[in-house]
Amino acid sequence: MTKELFSILLTAILTQNFVLAKFLGICPFLGVSKKLNTAVGMSAAVIFVMALATAVTYPINKFLLVKNDLEYLQTIVFILVIAALVQLVEIILKKYIPALYNALGIYLPLITTNCAVLGVVILNVDEGYNFAQSMFSSVGAGLGFMLAMVMFAGVRERLESCDIPKFMQGLPITLVAASLVSVSFLGFTGIVENIFA
Amino acid sequence: MAKLTKEFSKGIIAENPVLRLVLGTCPTLATTTSVESAIGMGLAASIVLVCSNIVISALRKVIPDKVRIPAYIVVIASFVTIVQMAVKAFLPSLDEQLGVYLPLIVVNCIILGRAEAFAGKNPVLASAVDGLGMGVGFTAALFLMGAVREIFGAGTFLGTGVPFLESNPMLIFILPPGGFFVYGILMAAVNRLAEKKGKPRAELRGCEACPMAQSCAIRKTDKEAAE
Repeated sequence: MTKELFSILLTAILTQNFVLAKFLGICPFLGVSKKLNTAVGMSAAVIFVMALATAVTYPINKFLLVKNDLEYLQTIVFILVIAALVQLVEIILKKYIPALYNALGIYLPLITTNCAVLGVVILNVDEGYNFAQSMFSSVGAGLGFMLAMVMFAGVRERLESCDIPKFMQGLPITLVAASLVSVSFLGFTGIVENIFA
Repeated sequence: MAKLTKEFSKGIIAENPVLRLVLGTCPTLATTTSVESAIGMGLAASIVLVCSNIVISALRKVIPDKVRIPAYIVVIASFVTIVQMAVKAFLPSLDEQLGVYLPLIVVNCIILGRAEAFAGKNPVLASAVDGLGMGVGFTAALFLMGAVREIFGAGTFLGTGVPFLESNPMLIFILPPGGFFVYGILMAAVNRLAEKKGKPRAELRGCEACPMAQSCAIRKTDKEAAE
């Protein structure tokens, strides 16, 4: 049981990395990764919202939608629940835990329309995970997002000081750099199956 | 009429959502492993875009300004659900290829972006034409990416073999790194063409085009830092 949960966690972080293998959350990956501290703050907020969204949508899906044969409403219900949840969390944090709000709050509105959060919730349902499996897969997806963001922020800080040919400057070189970081993650293929063997 | 033609054609070249505005990057990278899934994704998103543009434009005087974003999301999500059901029923193989990216059309920033930037302010016909133009531009860009990746990565084009490459496909092109690489090279080529025509280079304007831009604090702090 524990083995299975950890293999879900590691798969989400390394082999099926949300950003570099599944292409979810590309906008923040390319847009917010210029500085290391914003990259870390944004990823921390994503992990928090992913875990919370999964914890809230799992019972809604299981006890409300599936029970009443309303699975086709999943997309519309999930996106609304996530949007409302993010707003609610923002208000609660602002009022009761200002320290946490100052650290994460500014990233919260950005996450509502982030496809990674909706993506992880839908993927958990598609895979038929139970509650514990869903939570591990969400946290893993968030940690994988953080790993990719932090690594890429480092790469981009290096790129700043490089002499890049004019036609590749800006977005093209950023994408090619992302491609190389993604190649490095291909190296993890097969690691999860063998690590617990 | 001339105005409508302009609304239509701007989305295809001058304001191509993928290659000029750099929007909808997730589906662009994820669903272009073959021409078939690229076109499927493009068409599905275009249908949602046109329909949601029409409905949002028709309701633009009814929807209160304060809750417009949630209202737009509900309209878009409804059409995504309809498209999802239709694809599941009539094209199950496409449904399998697109997987989670089909429901994720909801959060495609091209659609919410057009709702916020155009459909919420313009009459129905113009909004429909704007959506159609943007949809064609999105599909064309996806087709281009899909064609390059399938020809080099699998040695086929729409399933038929391409001489020489068929026996020596470069698998990396259909793996995730190939997606980033092809998109990067395509952007470099498009930037080069734009510069020759005296137009600005495409930059990542994800934030400015984002419908949340006004309430987003990252942009506020960036602006304050700039001032």
